[in-house]
Amino acid sequence: MTKTYYSQSHEYVSVEDGVATIGITHYAQSQLGDIVFVELPETGRGFKQGDEAAVVESVKAASEVYTPIAGETTEMNEDLAANPALANEDPEGAGWFFKQTITNEDELTKLMDRAQYDAFVKENQ
Amino acid sequence: MLNNKGRVTRPQESTDDHIETQDSYSGHKGLLMNEPLLFEVGGLDKTGVDLPDCSETENMLGGLERAGEIGLPGLSEPEAVRHYVRLSQQNYAIDSGFYPLGSCTMKHNPRLNEKMARLPGFTDIHPLQPQSSVQGALQLMEQLSHWLLELTGMEAIALSPKAGAHGELCGMMAIKAALEAADSSRNIVLVPESAHGTNPATAAQLGFKVASIPADADGTVRAHAVQTAIEENGAETIAGIMLTNPNTCGLFEREIKAIADAVHEAGGYFYCDGANFNAIMGRVRPGDLGVDAMHFNLHKTFSTPHGGGGPGSGPVVLSQRLSAFAPVPFLQKSDDGLTLIEHEDGDDTEAEPFGRLTAFHGQMGMYVRALSYILSHGLDGLAQASGDAVLNANYVRAKLKHLLNQPFGDQACMHEVLFDESSLAGTGVTTLDIAKRLIDEGFHPMTIYFPLVCKGAMLIEPTESESQASIDLFVETLASLIEEAKAGETEEAFHQAPVHTPRRRLDETAAARKPILRFESSSN
Repeated sequence: MTKTYYSQSHEYVSVEDGVATIGITHYAQSQLGDIVFVELPETGRGFKQGDEAAVVESVKAASEVYTPIAGETTEMNEDLAANPALANEDPEGAGWFFKQTITNEDELTKLMDRAQYDAFVKENQ
Repeated sequence: MLNNKGRVTRPQESTDDHIETQDSYSGHKGLLMNEPLLFEVGGLDKTGVDLPDCSETENMLGGLERAGEIGLPGLSEPEAVRHYVRLSQQNYAIDSGFYPLGSCTMKHNPRLNEKMARLPGFTDIHPLQPQSSVQGALQLMEQLSHWLLELTGMEAIALSPKAGAHGELCGMMAIKAALEAADSSRNIVLVPESAHGTNPATAAQLGFKVASIPADADGTVRAHAVQTAIEENGAETIAGIMLTNPNTCGLFEREIKAIADAVHEAGGYFYCDGANFNAIMGRVRPGDLGVDAMHFNLHKTFSTPHGGGGPGSGPVVLSQRLSAFAPVPFLQKSDDGLTLIEHEDGDDTEAEPFGRLTAFHGQMGMYVRALSYILSHGLDGLAQASGDAVLNANYVRAKLKHLLNQPFGDQACMHEVLFDESSLAGTGVTTLDIAKRLIDEGFHPMTIYFPLVCKGAMLIEPTESESQASIDLFVETLASLIEEAKAGETEEAFHQAPVHTPRRRLDETAAARKPILRFESSSN
């Protein structure tokens, strides 16, 4: 059973069997425009909640991607590194950024669920 | 569509696709030539020079000589000349029209400056000739230094930095040297969110950690926010602050003195980014505001050419606290005249230069132009120039504020005015589209999408150079475009722009995802 959480800086965390998959939301990619480069964290790197984990560069801007929860990266999306357009085409699917362990489950409860995030985006538009 | 003076603001033929899109037989448009690359002009099979046969010479290349053709085009002189003249005609410059690029101060480059810079006494000298033979040039550097120190109320100057960011590096290196001389481990530099990107980059380059300070709702940095940042990080860690004044939103940092005091009290230094000095030149002395280091952009404030027209020059002035650390070379006056000190032996002075930034003394030609600008204006003239620059920006603001939103409220701006794209919401037209349409209208667009603190920024800096008539034409054109966008129905025309340029809208995505980094001949 996958459960997805969202951060105020427009990252999502999909949790399945104790592994977190992190990427940027559909709204984030629509704001960034055509993504031309992503820099992903090496596996084995440890992060605190809110650490800068990746960089995404579009024709409009370069932005940091923050990890919404603490953990250690276990895998990065090689397909995305080779084809950054995946983050535009399928941000919350094939365009995921990296996977990591979950140090503290409690941190997830401070994130938003889908309905809350949709309301958050609407409010900030 | 006509503006209120009856001028056509968009192509009439947009209803007639045939006329708009018809290509000429030659590829040229009017007298504007469609210019291919030099390699495409061709001539691989011919040569533009007549060299004597060198078959009599002994070959000493030991078998390493080129076997195939060299592949360079063999153009005649007129072919080469025309190529570059045509390219220059496609170049938009401050000499060809209105250039309201915000935060860039694209002011007129007076021809008097050019005349002075072409005096043989300045052009026919070499950095390596004996200093006794270039006393006039050294005097010019000394006079320029005097004026720049006078205008800022500072103690010492480094003329050599060759650009604004280079000047930032110089100023921050002086701060780093001062900290090292005091055995300090302070390593945090405070930088406001609205800063030029070069500010945090400079601090990071020197190994400082950057702590960001949020802007207030009115777009400025508040002293209490700086105080909070100092307390959060610990006063003993603060190396300094980098602040632009007026800031990149075109607003004067009203609490600058309190900010300077807070940073000084914490033991840090105050670097002021002087990119926007054109708004305050001759009116406020940064030294009186507590600034410890500030760079000028001679190529902005002091009218030396830039934007492809000439090299930058970014002298740095330093406060008394930092003056000892100014880099070499610097000028020293004695009874025998002026000496450019190239090496500091530390014997008879208190100077502790942090090192050297350039091989020689910097951009001599720009020093001549800048001093020419200063002397031809005088202190009163410089003060009027900054006043006119601010007046012109506020004129643009007043003329457009009913159409465009000012992200930080309706308040007087300095030398540039910031709008965002919120008034275009729902039209399908973005800041980028407006900028592209302005190109079709014969204007260089304003700065767009910077600063990043608002959405779809349009930063307009008319400078003092423009007449009311030329600003009116720009403002009316921009107003017509905004009104057209708001009226709807022509969204596609906005997305198609520019249509009158040698090249249409470029595919930036393809350029970034699949860059072609070297010439590929189609004939290969």
